[in-house]
Amino acid sequence: MHGDNTSPSLSPSSPADRRLSALVTVAYNKDPSPVKLNLGVGAYRTEEGKPLVLNVVRRAEQMLVNNSSRVKEYLPIVGLSDFNKLSAKLILGADSPAVQENRVTTVQCLSGTGSLRVGAEFLARHYHQRTIYIPQPTWGNHPKVFSLAGLSVKTYCYYDPATRGLNFKGLLEDLGSAPSGAIVLLHACAHNPTGVDPTLHQWEQIRQLMRSKALLPFFDSAYQGFASGNLDADAQSVRMFAKDGGECLVAQSYAKNMGLYGERVGALSIVCRSADVASRVESQLKLVIRPMYSNPPIHGASIVATILKDSIQFLQIYVPRMTIELKAMADRIISMRQQL
Amino acid sequence: MAQLLRSGCSGRVLASGAVGAARSMSTAWWRHVEPAPKDPILGVTEAFLADPSPDKVNVGVGAYRDDNGKPVVLECVRQAERRIAGNLNMEYLPMGGSVNMVEETLKLAYGENSDLLKDKRVAAVQALSGTGACRLFADFQKRFSPDSQIYIPVPTWAKVALKSSLCNLSMVYCLIFTVIITSGDAHVPQRTFHYYHPQSRGLDFASMMDDIKNAPNGSFFLLHACAHNPTGVDPSEEQWREISQQFKVKGHFAFFDMAYQGFASGDPERDAKSIRIFLEDGHLIGCAQSYAKNMGLYGQRVGCLSVVCEDEKQAVAVKSQLQQLARPMYSNPPVHGALIVSTILGDPDLKKLWLKEVKGMADRIIGMRTALRENLEKLGSPLPWEHVTKQIGMFCYSGMTPEQVDRLTKEYHIYMTRNGRISMAGVTTGNVGYLANAIHEVTKSG
Repeated sequence: MHGDNTSPSLSPSSPADRRLSALVTVAYNKDPSPVKLNLGVGAYRTEEGKPLVLNVVRRAEQMLVNNSSRVKEYLPIVGLSDFNKLSAKLILGADSPAVQENRVTTVQCLSGTGSLRVGAEFLARHYHQRTIYIPQPTWGNHPKVFSLAGLSVKTYCYYDPATRGLNFKGLLEDLGSAPSGAIVLLHACAHNPTGVDPTLHQWEQIRQLMRSKALLPFFDSAYQGFASGNLDADAQSVRMFAKDGGECLVAQSYAKNMGLYGERVGALSIVCRSADVASRVESQLKLVIRPMYSNPPIHGASIVATILKDSIQFLQIYVPRMTIELKAMADRIISMRQQL
Repeated sequence: MAQLLRSGCSGRVLASGAVGAARSMSTAWWRHVEPAPKDPILGVTEAFLADPSPDKVNVGVGAYRDDNGKPVVLECVRQAERRIAGNLNMEYLPMGGSVNMVEETLKLAYGENSDLLKDKRVAAVQALSGTGACRLFADFQKRFSPDSQIYIPVPTWAKVALKSSLCNLSMVYCLIFTVIITSGDAHVPQRTFHYYHPQSRGLDFASMMDDIKNAPNGSFFLLHACAHNPTGVDPSEEQWREISQQFKVKGHFAFFDMAYQGFASGDPERDAKSIRIFLEDGHLIGCAQSYAKNMGLYGQRVGCLSVVCEDEKQAVAVKSQLQQLARPMYSNPPVHGALIVSTILGDPDLKKLWLKEVKGMADRIIGMRTALRENLEKLGSPLPWEHVTKQIGMFCYSGMTPEQVDRLTKEYHIYMTRNGRISMAGVTTGNVGYLANAIHEVTKSG
């Protein structure tokens, strides 16, 4: 399978390396050997090396299929309304003032990539600063997503090869010298490809610096729940920014944490200053989406909404189950790293 | 404080944001954002839903309805879904999408035994329904033919409207909405060519051929393979042959938007005739295909973009470039709808069932056209209504004026787009009499 995200500790970072990863997978598939291993692909594998469909997802799909009153009509341009509301709550927290005050506009998009692209196109049209700063290194597809949307791409220090950790000083320097108002891409958790995340204390310092320079945060949240096994803990960075009253963008993906990779399920949320602004922003997001693909695919979002909607069940059964499943996934990856 | 008042925010908003040390000093960035104009087609449905009248009829809808006015999920689709559900993983498709789905889809457009397919000369990728296919092609055209434009068909009145400042953009948008907006956002300049002839409510073939002749050699043209949206007016087979010949003379590029294969006549092979004529004549075409209507997969966003190349090597190169354009837009296309399509088309029994169901949908619409025309003629309407049965596909360009449409809505609670386009899918045996009567009432005085 073509992997477009590579597992953290085995990451090729250059375009050439990514193509290599795809070639690796093709070669792997052709190899008849019973002991073959594919370490190039960036999608979760069980202990047995099989792709995983979460039980909550299986159950939701069966429910949907068995419901004969369901139809396949077009979704609205902004996608499935329940899905949007629930996604905003998932990343920002159910008690988020921004959500409760209707200051967040959320649109369903095609997984993380689609959310980033739609957000970037919106910024290229309506934001006064056309430069986005992305961490060095970052996911291989990030630069093209932003440049094709019409933004110019610069980098900021992130990884320190010497320590295999965060180059925090370099990060603060680079963001400190960025022009006022510049957009900054932040990985919400489980930085791809390094696996290196700022601590909460460091996040707070980043937040203060960014707000003092009016830098606009654009979060890429592709691994909520996957990093620590806890959905709320993995959303702390985003919530820190949403709580301070300022504006930000968040691209969410359900590819990994619900195993919905190929269904292309994601959401873009823009936290605004007021409900009125949020509604105007939503209308402009529609103008970006309509000429791209008219409206988003219904299936994956229906699965997510089914799972998240049943809030009592969700809280009592699914979250612990999903957290257990997610934690198991996270632990497995951590133990694989340690073994390496 | 001044900023608070200027931004019009409630004091509560900023006050509740005070968490931790540093207060946010950032300004609000989106105050200047204007509300975007509403989508004209969706606005019709919104108004319909809000109308409490028990007599209301929605003939603005662009989705198939059964004779009870209900949306339909095809039986072949339900069966396919049951097979798929919960069993397979949902891993990423390759960037070019589902190989099986694309293979089967190309057979539909190009023919089961097409030499082009045998010789691997068709570059093709799964796309996000028809819109996504058009957009991908527009981006591809912009990148690799940067000085070109795209010619799109518009009715004469709209051309006039475009020139004059009385242009009602929403009416133009109703026309070839998809290509206008996809090529627009891809920054491919648009030109128009004559298509619809208001007086005859048919094809303005002579003017169309003039425009094709007068366009610079090697121009790009958008053609609707069948069931033209919104007019329902298609060239005849002879006319298609002439168009193809003229394209050869001028070296034009033909991009076919095929959103209704099977849905127009009930026979997918017949509906692909225009494309087959061009292929016989040796044209290297582009084609956007959609399963939204003919498989009822609307919200699943399943389609295909294909580009015919000179040889296999070129097709490989073109496909790789199409993938490079899709990658930074959405990485890879959604798997569910593609699985439904390949499950159906890959199983002889399911495929037979699909063909039967598609014919059923097309037949119902053809039946409603006949019923509407007969009803109007029986009422003694002074106007000609031959075009209702001559036009083909989901839509009928009634010829009514915006003012007449407004009367239909206000007085009879009948909803359609103001260009007089009737979605025949919304017509049922239950409402065709009412609809005919209302149309007669608003048009009888001419």
